[in-house]
Amino acid sequence: MAMIKLENVNKYFGDLHVLKDVNLEVEEGEKLVIIGPSGSGKSTTVRCMNFLETPSSGHVYIDGTELTPKNKTKVVRDLTSMVFQQFNLYPHMTVLKNLTLAPMKLHHKSKKEAEELAYHYLDIVGLRDKADVYPTTLSGGQQQRIAIARALCTQSKIILFDEPTSALDPETIQEVLDVMIKLAKENITMVVVTHEMGFAREVADRIVFMADGQIIESGTPEHFFTNPESDRVKQFLGKIIR
Amino acid sequence: MSGLFSPRAWNKIWIYKGTFLVGLLNTMKTAVVALLIALTLGIIFGLMATSGKKLLKAISRVYVEIIQNTPILLQMCFLYYALAFSGHSPGIIVTGFLALGIYTGAYMAEVIRTGIESVPKGQFEAAAAQGFGYVGQMYYIIIPQSIKVILPPMTNVIVNMIKNTSCLYIVGGADLLSLTYSFVTGENTGGSYAPAYIVCGIIFFLICFPLSSFASMWETSLKKREQKVFQNNALKEA
Repeated sequence: MAMIKLENVNKYFGDLHVLKDVNLEVEEGEKLVIIGPSGSGKSTTVRCMNFLETPSSGHVYIDGTELTPKNKTKVVRDLTSMVFQQFNLYPHMTVLKNLTLAPMKLHHKSKKEAEELAYHYLDIVGLRDKADVYPTTLSGGQQQRIAIARALCTQSKIILFDEPTSALDPETIQEVLDVMIKLAKENITMVVVTHEMGFAREVADRIVFMADGQIIESGTPEHFFTNPESDRVKQFLGKIIR
Repeated sequence: MSGLFSPRAWNKIWIYKGTFLVGLLNTMKTAVVALLIALTLGIIFGLMATSGKKLLKAISRVYVEIIQNTPILLQMCFLYYALAFSGHSPGIIVTGFLALGIYTGAYMAEVIRTGIESVPKGQFEAAAAQGFGYVGQMYYIIIPQSIKVILPPMTNVIVNMIKNTSCLYIVGGADLLSLTYSFVTGENTGGSYAPAYIVCGIIFFLICFPLSSFASMWETSLKKREQKVFQNNALKEA
């Protein structure tokens, strides 16, 4: 059974048809990378997977349960985490509080358990020494690593990444990618919207190319980078890889 | 006898100082109860305005616009006389609580709406993506961030409300200004116009000035702190 399943998902923003009949399945533990030009509907697609955007029509299934506006809070709480382009750490809390809030308030962990978990994941992202500082004192790359640690702290089966490196300075992109590459070795289901082709090539089990709200092509990295079928993909890759 | 420098007039005020104290007490009592009503209404309508639900937003808008665009005196008269003629006279004191509370509530709602809207959308999304429901999002993430934006202007709203207790004069209230008026026009007490109004003004000033200076100092220090954070970030980027 697929971990995530989108069935004929359409999304309109006013008159704008941003997702056109999107069908997509992600298996448990799969690393799926979504690429494509800006405005192609990549972000909207991942945002439909945790109902940050409610589809205008179609169905979204997470681990076999259909997401509805009613059950979304519970399903999202139990199964998914998200890493955002703009990090979206809570600026009024220390790093440690950022990490322990959801485990304590939503997953009924004790303070001690939650903090152990937090330090464990801070070690993984290499920022244990930043536990007691406020997020705004950190660099973009550090903030994003903290955001990844926060996503890990809820121990969700699925982590959605919405352009996690697009807001970063070039020199801090790699430190975030390195953490994500490390994660990819775990059995977490990862859906990553990105422009980082090197990352896609190294980590993806499957790459999906989107344009104009549709999935144009889908396949292994090897297929994509050696002999893509669609001209649209060739054109895109030609522009982005130099 | 009404002269500003007439010792007799000032002496009269000293003798009847109790009147002013009672007025002050009534004004503060009205202000406190009206504040509770205003806060309740402000929170309800402020949350409705930021709910993203069209109907709730519209209801909140209608309340705020009607209250903010009609005179408070009219609202007080309406409430008092309309209720009186419909046979449910609530009395002057309750009219004061209600009218002032409903009036101030509209301003509170706007202050709370602006405060919540000052929190970036990404904060709501991060909280929702973690599985926080509406109440959890508000309680843990949004309110703690908006409270510092809300409190200074809210203090100003409260200052205005304290001053607005004097509008109860129109329905014959027992607030500070109304009692001052009865005092200067009273058969036995009358005459000390200028000194009486000066004393009344000083009392209002002594309550309101510290509150509003506190609010503006608070606002300045917040702005300074934000600038510091901004500078720190800019330094790091450089």
